[in-house]
Amino acid sequence: MSEHSRIGVIRDINGPIVTIDLPGIRNGEQVKIGELGLFGEVIALSGQQAIVQTYESTDGVRPGEPAIGLGWPLSVELGPGLLGGIFDGVQRPLEKIALQSGDYIRRGLDVPALDRARTWEFEPNAELELGAQVGPGTVLGTVPETQTITHRVLVPPGVSGELQEIAPAGDYELEATIARVRGAAGQSHRLKLYHRWPVRKPRPYAKRDDGISPLITGQRVIDTFFPQLKGGKGAVPGPFGAGKTVVQQQIARWSNADIVIYVGCGERGNELVDVLETFPQLDDPYTGRKLMERTLLVANTSNMPVVAREASVYVGMTMAEYYRDMGYDVVMLADSTSRWAEALREVSGRLGQMPVEEGYPAYLASRLAAVYERAGRVQTHGAGSGSVTLIGAVSPPGGDFSEPVTSHTKDIIETFWALSKELADARHYPSIDWVTSFSAHVHTAAQWWAAEVDRGWERRRGEALALLARDAELSRIVNLVGPEALSSAQRWELEGAALIKEAVLQQSALDEVDTFCSPQKQFALLDLALGIYDMGAALVGMGVPVQELQGLPLLAKTRRCKSMYSSEQLEKIAELRADVEQEFENIRLEYARQGEHAQ
Amino acid sequence: MSVKEYRTAAEARGGLLIMRATPGVAFGDRVQIEDHSGTRRNGQVIRSSDEEVLVLVFEGTDDLDLEDTWVRFLDEPVEIALSPELLGRVFNGLGAPRDDRPPILSNIRRAVAGSAINPAARTYPREFIQTGVSTIDGLNSLVRGQKLPIFSGSGLPHNRLAAQIVRQAKLKDEDSSFSIVFAAMGVSYADAKFFQDEFASSGVLRNVVMFINLADDPPVERLTLPRTALTAAEYLAYDLDRHVLVVMTDMTYYAEALREVATAKGDVPARKGYPGYLYSDLAEIYERCGRIHERHGSITMMPVVSMPSDDITHPIPDLTGYITEGQIVLSRELHNQGVYPPVHISPSLSRLMKDGIGKDDTREDHPRVAAQLYALYARALETRNLASIIGADELSERDRRYLKFADAFDERFVGQGEAEDRSIEATLNLAWELMSMFPRDTLTRMSETDLAKHYQGSD
Ligand SMILES: Nc1ncnc2c1ncn2[C@@H]1O[C@H](COP(=O)(O)OP(=O)(O)O)[C@@H](O)[C@H]1O
Ligand SMILES: [Mg+2]
Repeated sequence: MSEHSRIGVIRDINGPIVTIDLPGIRNGEQVKIGELGLFGEVIALSGQQAIVQTYESTDGVRPGEPAIGLGWPLSVELGPGLLGGIFDGVQRPLEKIALQSGDYIRRGLDVPALDRARTWEFEPNAELELGAQVGPGTVLGTVPETQTITHRVLVPPGVSGELQEIAPAGDYELEATIARVRGAAGQSHRLKLYHRWPVRKPRPYAKRDDGISPLITGQRVIDTFFPQLKGGKGAVPGPFGAGKTVVQQQIARWSNADIVIYVGCGERGNELVDVLETFPQLDDPYTGRKLMERTLLVANTSNMPVVAREASVYVGMTMAEYYRDMGYDVVMLADSTSRWAEALREVSGRLGQMPVEEGYPAYLASRLAAVYERAGRVQTHGAGSGSVTLIGAVSPPGGDFSEPVTSHTKDIIETFWALSKELADARHYPSIDWVTSFSAHVHTAAQWWAAEVDRGWERRRGEALALLARDAELSRIVNLVGPEALSSAQRWELEGAALIKEAVLQQSALDEVDTFCSPQKQFALLDLALGIYDMGAALVGMGVPVQELQGLPLLAKTRRCKSMYSSEQLEKIAELRADVEQEFENIRLEYARQGEHAQ
Repeated sequence: MSVKEYRTAAEARGGLLIMRATPGVAFGDRVQIEDHSGTRRNGQVIRSSDEEVLVLVFEGTDDLDLEDTWVRFLDEPVEIALSPELLGRVFNGLGAPRDDRPPILSNIRRAVAGSAINPAARTYPREFIQTGVSTIDGLNSLVRGQKLPIFSGSGLPHNRLAAQIVRQAKLKDEDSSFSIVFAAMGVSYADAKFFQDEFASSGVLRNVVMFINLADDPPVERLTLPRTALTAAEYLAYDLDRHVLVVMTDMTYYAEALREVATAKGDVPARKGYPGYLYSDLAEIYERCGRIHERHGSITMMPVVSMPSDDITHPIPDLTGYITEGQIVLSRELHNQGVYPPVHISPSLSRLMKDGIGKDDTREDHPRVAAQLYALYARALETRNLASIIGADELSERDRRYLKFADAFDERFVGQGEAEDRSIEATLNLAWELMSMFPRDTLTRMSETDLAKHYQGSD
């Protein structure tokens, strides 16, 4: 309890919403509720009374019990030791909680996020000299947080002045002083390896930049068709079972981000366990180190208290911004933002606020926009450029995309990966629907692809989408009047589209080889499928029957190619391509000869 | 604090009793109510301030006389007594006996509300359970610790399927069976009796605890019933090291009771009158299932959800599907064609299948067989659709093959006897027999090795 704390009295308990009498308490202030000391936060004031949302179940709490105002807003600890961990919606370390309270989460536990007993190997920044002017974001030194991630120890926001003292290289605990700074007004700041930051306040940066390079996820339908940029904001809406969580987990596994923050917000406990159990075993395809070393989990599962769900997204975002400020590219995955919105709805309903659509309060859209706005690529104060990419899953009731959370989200984001129940039911995974999905980043991504992979990328991508669009059109006709109505060329178009779907778009997360696909392999597969279509179209134009082409064993091989050859075996794909070209050339020659005979 | 007793209530409506000037009552505590006739009812505090306390009365508020009602705040949460004697017994939603036998006496008493399992304490479920039903084992495998509901509709044989699974479920190489917790909410006497007879005739009755609230019992009691049942399940699993299978029927009546109470409380409705917290409320129930580190027992859950008007987008199945680890969906169309069990595989899903099947668990080719059958069947359904528009005669030879496959699949793979307990080997072999109706090159989801080993087609 700090010197700021004040004691009041509980008046009313209405589920997670508790009314207290505590004159002078501030909006947003943290409160400990009742004898159990449950964590809560003031969300409204009215006269002498404050309305508190509680992050834990209020069963057993009585009117008349004390309520203590802690004097600070909901904040998180930021320092080395976050990576590899799993925290609850208010940043309590769940592994440590399990040691203290067993398999079930006891209430009223007050466990700090970062381990105070652990020491870290601090290496001061050699370029800093005593007497130098330092400010927010100045790199004081580094700590090897994991084998892959060097933690840059920064001067926290709000502190600037003259560097009076900096600790020499050595092992330090979190609470140790590693630097002293004298502010302009003469006050002395004692800096440690960690600091606290209020989660609802975006962390400052020097300036916002445009995204320039795509976030490579190793998923073809994303990277090749609907690319995301580092620093972009995207949404994955879809009915249950369509594949939202798998998309998010695939990005957590295979994306070329430096840091991944996975926020399980109101979803299944076992999905977090899946990450916890598999990531320590999986290799990061870029560094070769274990994936867990760059990953951090925030878990407020669906059975954990609703109100902490609302906080969990801010808690995750603040940690994401913290690593961004060190100059890292961070990806934050929020599964699911609908549960976050429902927590808002729950609280607003209990407060008796006027609902506008499906029970949601009028401020839903602005809150959503404000969360997504914290994503972006920025110039940090002292560590160059960093980014936070935010990708939110959206869980529309009944899969209806016109509902409030999906429709507001759609207005805010730049990349929309719409999952389709029809595709998922047919086990076409990822079930990202190529008709309704979009990316505002194709042009920017195209420059990267042209420089790094192939100049033909943007054209080939366009051709594939056009073929898929014609396929949709032709399929409608077939369903009205039957396949006989189609010309041979049109039937070959259907075949080409089917090839794109099976050989390129479909990608099983469970396939050991195909779960990750490098950009080079992505382009090779796309170019192979389109190449077959193009060559076939020419033959069909010459009068070769579509059936003859359909039956070619090389088409089956093309469909299997993605799982047969890994991203390191591009030469095999090239061989297959050569075989296909040879085969088509043979058919062409054969046909040309027959044609001559006939004449 | 201690027990406090009051004589008069201020208001009663829709299952809620409002008490004024009863200070210091704990939120969530248990309440006992004695009406003018001396009959006892039970309740729970759902809002508390010094001025006003709201009590949810499980048996409902019909016939309460405000002037002549004793209300006792018991100063304890809603709890049940737990002991090995639970097995073989029948209780109501509050844990009181329904079988004319004495109440359970035990000093182990636990609050039915439960608390959240720490995700860091969970172990990922991965042990394959063979149910003997091909559409489940082959395509939507169940693992120990999974919550896998049956989505059904009125008149469909979900009870028979659930009973078949209870009878047949076992780990692949063991025959150790499960302890069963059976929770019935708002079902008919006939349905409850069906299960009771089933348990009796298959000789498992001594391994079953039943919690029953029938259609004509007070609906509010349905709100505690699954919690009471799960508290018993947790005791069996984690205190007595048993593998527990919880069958809950019917979650739709549970949710309807919740809506009734929410409406009486004046909660803001979200969809179809259901309160916004229905999702979290259902999650509190479903997420009590799972596996925990270093615990021998486990809880596997199979809730039955009847879809109002067969509508899978109705809030109850919809929110359930967002929480559970998949769903088995029954189809009226298949049922009308006489297929039993009428499992519609397309919307069915098991999310935990991936880690429970394959080389070390079932058979090497299993994951790909499932993917291939799904792909073939999806295409076959499209073809069936097309045939119904343009006529089967207009179809190409390739399409006609899909049509034949669809029929054979429904009849032979989906359809099976109610007493037919197929091993996973038998299911996979049957799958290959059906897949072999196609040329080898059509089976692009299978590896060359799979084809070499199992393909039986002519080319
Ligand atoms: N890319 C994929 N590859 C293979 N299987 C997938 C893929 N995406 C989804 N699935 C399957 O679909 C199931 C449901 O996906 P999930 O992401 O959990 O859905 P949602 O989060 O939308 O409810 C998964 O358990 C898996 O079996
Ligand atoms: Mg999900």
